[in-house]
Amino acid sequence: MIDRAQVLHVARLARLELSEAEVERFSSELSHVLEHIERIEGLDLEGVPPTTHVVDLVNRLRLDEPRPSLPPEVALAGAPEAADGGFHVPPAAA
Amino acid sequence: MAALGGYEPVIGLEIHVQLSTRTKMFCSCALAFGDPPNVHTCPVCLGLPGALPVVNARAIHAAILIGLALDCEIAPRSIFHRKSYMYPDLPKGYQISQYDVPICAGGHLGEIRIHRAHLEEDAAKLNHIGQSGRIHGSEGSVVDFNRGGTPLVEIVTEPDLHSGEQAREWLTLLRTTIRRLGVSDVNMEEGSLRCDANISVRPVGTTALGVKTELKNMNSFRFVERGIAAEVARQVALLEAGEPVVQETLHFDPVSGSLTPLRSKEDANDYRYFPEPDLVPVVVGKEMLADARAELPELPAARAERYAGKLGIEAARARLLAFRGELGDYFEAVAAVSEAPASAVATWVELLAAKVPDGDPAASPVTPAALARLAELAEARTVSAGAARTVLDRLAEHGGDPAAIIEAEGLGALGGQDTLLPVVRAALEAQPEAAAKLRDGEMRAIGPIIGHVMRETRGRADGAEVTRLVRAELGV
Amino acid sequence: MSLLELSGARAAEAIRLGEADPGELWSLYRERAAGDDLGAFLWVSDEEPPAVAGALAGVPLGVKDLFCTEGVPSQAGSKILEGYRPPYTATAVARLEAAGAPVLGKTNQDEFAMGSSNENSGFGPVRNPWDPARVPGGSSGGSAAAVAAGLVPWAIGTDTGGSIRQPAALCGIVGMKPTYGAVSRYGMIAFASSLDQAGPLTRDVTDCALLLRHMVGEDPRDSTSLGFPDGEIALPVGGDLAGIRLGVPGELTGEGIEPAVRERFEATLEIARDLGAEVAECSLPHAEYAIAAYYLIAPAEASANLARFDGVRYGLRKEGRDLREMYGRTRQAGFGDEVKRRIMLGTYALSSGFYDAYYRRAQQVRTLIAGDFAAAFSSFDFLVTPTSPTVAFPLGERVTDPLAMYLSDACTVPMPLAGIPAISIPNGLADGLPSGFQLAGPAFSENRMLQAAHVLEGALGWDPTGAFTREARSASAQARPEAQSRGQNAGPDAPRR
Ligand SMILES: [Mg+2]
Ligand SMILES: [Zn+2]
Repeated sequence: MIDRAQVLHVARLARLELSEAEVERFSSELSHVLEHIERIEGLDLEGVPPTTHVVDLVNRLRLDEPRPSLPPEVALAGAPEAADGGFHVPPAAA
Repeated sequence: MAALGGYEPVIGLEIHVQLSTRTKMFCSCALAFGDPPNVHTCPVCLGLPGALPVVNARAIHAAILIGLALDCEIAPRSIFHRKSYMYPDLPKGYQISQYDVPICAGGHLGEIRIHRAHLEEDAAKLNHIGQSGRIHGSEGSVVDFNRGGTPLVEIVTEPDLHSGEQAREWLTLLRTTIRRLGVSDVNMEEGSLRCDANISVRPVGTTALGVKTELKNMNSFRFVERGIAAEVARQVALLEAGEPVVQETLHFDPVSGSLTPLRSKEDANDYRYFPEPDLVPVVVGKEMLADARAELPELPAARAERYAGKLGIEAARARLLAFRGELGDYFEAVAAVSEAPASAVATWVELLAAKVPDGDPAASPVTPAALARLAELAEARTVSAGAARTVLDRLAEHGGDPAAIIEAEGLGALGGQDTLLPVVRAALEAQPEAAAKLRDGEMRAIGPIIGHVMRETRGRADGAEVTRLVRAELGV
Repeated sequence: MSLLELSGARAAEAIRLGEADPGELWSLYRERAAGDDLGAFLWVSDEEPPAVAGALAGVPLGVKDLFCTEGVPSQAGSKILEGYRPPYTATAVARLEAAGAPVLGKTNQDEFAMGSSNENSGFGPVRNPWDPARVPGGSSGGSAAAVAAGLVPWAIGTDTGGSIRQPAALCGIVGMKPTYGAVSRYGMIAFASSLDQAGPLTRDVTDCALLLRHMVGEDPRDSTSLGFPDGEIALPVGGDLAGIRLGVPGELTGEGIEPAVRERFEATLEIARDLGAEVAECSLPHAEYAIAAYYLIAPAEASANLARFDGVRYGLRKEGRDLREMYGRTRQAGFGDEVKRRIMLGTYALSSGFYDAYYRRAQQVRTLIAGDFAAAFSSFDFLVTPTSPTVAFPLGERVTDPLAMYLSDACTVPMPLAGIPAISIPNGLADGLPSGFQLAGPAFSENRMLQAAHVLEGALGWDPTGAFTREARSASAQARPEAQSRGQNAGPDAPRR
């Protein structure tokens, strides 16, 4: 069960500005999905290690050797708002 | 400490050290500072869709070196996590960092215990529009990703420190230690060493920790000391007034000395850590450890021990030389070519350091050979202690050879009966009150006599010799 | 045989032998792709046919939108990346291009690969060539529809919980999800990093093997890539299934499978027996928890992977007075419903206090599921299931019920959780629409799996050109006993021999 307050909290964490209708809808849809998901709560998982990788690899390291970077105009090509050779963003608080 | 009114400060430090690798933590962009914005970026460090991180082997090696220098356990297997928070200086919306299995854990440096040390990537730089000098219609910031992705080692101490002064001294030791490893510039002013402090106070004799505050962004050793002192005083004043300390993050303004709360990010504590699926574990095997061990130089703490032990240098001076690496290095250079005892050489190095800008003797015109010679001349009493200091002043100003300076300025010690005895007799005559006291066995009165002799000889007399002559003359 | 009817491998062969003109092939497919009325392509190249070189000899390739392609729109089906042209090319695409396959176009998909119907694309749905009123499956629905409709000889897609295999099944083509780590993920716009894997969508198993051969390989840019350890991917040859042990997991073949699909599945099991295979029941005791684990792990990883879409460096931006407002508006406007839903779910599962109950438990379930497969593979060479419990469903049918949509992934989700390979091959028509037969095997069993799939394919005699023309499509639609007979015996849509 995920209530309205939780939906708002999670949306805030995820930086989603949900509409009022979406808050209502997600609350009910996500609760429905979570009901199914919560079946794993019944499993006895004592002593079962978690799987974070299915590949058994370690130490994929890279030599500390510089390679060419992107030309700055390429780096900035997709910027919605470039300014002064950088990416413009609005102030942290209005 | 009286001002603390029965409270004991408890301080822990979180230190970020920028590694001086050639490339970034997770991509092959060159690490370089001071260039135009966004010239050192690529799909990885710009967080472009589809790009993946790859760990810099040299950063792992550097972290192991730091771990060994701090006497940490090096984790045989450590992993990276994603730490999520959205901010423009973090291109992926998460920082790749280490969480529950850091590469280094436990350990200590001096008497301060190390909780952990882990690897992570640095954020990019936000330049406020005002700073870039261009009016843009709206305020805001411009992001420069050159710094973004620089390898960092974050070192977290246990709350073992108890004053700003101690924190400053310990940070100096940490800086020298890391500098000796050659893995970072560790320069606070330039941001390659950054320090935050967690501060609380508690009544002396109690063990429970008080409510702590976090002091951020202190960008010099002096500010660390002053900032912590100011925060400790603030907390004590609150408690004395019966008011609670509120858990918050503070910024110390070194100009006004004031502490201001940083705007709290209401979800800052929900970082949603989970294991980074794009990276595989780092396994530090015997070979990697052996490589790092072989590369470990003598570290300041060990150096201080050696100076105080084998070399017989007074403990505080031994620490000063060892913890300020440049002093220790200069000391080593002088001691290597001097016949004078190490403890005497150490004294001369400390005296010289006080006279030169930045306290680095290597940056002065005094060559180690010259200081070595001066120490020998003073030790042999060829030059009196006072005159030797005059020679040191000359050396610090213009460099040169101490023997030549002594010769040219006539600073050689006036020794022996024939030269000195007439001066001593004259002094006793000129200071009859002091002479009388001395005759009554009041040796403290020798001061004015020695002062008189020194004035007459321009400091060239040897104080011990003067004393001997006075005793002989007066039969005391 | 016309140029259009040539499979990818045969077209490459014909070009090499000088029997086909690569320029003509390029023009043929360029025109077909440009005239696409299924919504399968989001971008079609208007360049001249590239020079022919390499093993793939100029045979055009369809590439799922989410593969970054230098200078070419690469939007992952999302409005938030509308018009985005990356400065670099994904390793898998670069390898195929290096082997001589020119990129014909970028194919439509569910936004950020989140979906099983292609209705979640930010640029409109894709229609199933067998019935334009139905979905092609998803998320690689554009690639599947394009191959099935003969708009391109072959294509690549990505599979996180079934996103190659399920649309391949629903469109009547071959689709393979390789072992995790076989193909580099570098340049694939990530959905769920520990599950995503690129693979081919093709007309037949030989094409699948040939494309895969040129996709696999260790990549220094992807720390989780292994390449293919046992030499190279081999092209399958004729043969039988003698001695091959096929396990039928009860948990994935029981309730929920439409009768017509079940019937096709069982008929093919009979064929396999006739070819010498041993077929027996087996069990994956924890498979019933796979959907739950998957819908925790994938959204959790996605919630972090999609945090980079913030309106700062690329893509859509909606202005706001301050940072938070700009972020909120940009992401609200740029992401579709399903993406928001999964970001919410994943953020919730990782948020303070819930990690142990959700994400960590899901990762433990993953261990159990991998263990189930390992146990089964000690007795069986491959596990077999219907790829999808249903045939293609009508557009709009499931959009209002996310859970129902999620549950339809039951047969394809367990394999990526265990990182193992699986292939879907066309298994004839069920109710007049394609169904798929899935084989799953141990990690890096691709060569044996392709061989077995090829043998079955030969026996099933599927015609991959069945939906190439509108006429063929409408003929198939007319032949289909409409909804009234769904669930009844759909009659002998006998495989053509
Ligand atoms: Mg940190
Ligand atoms: Zn970079």
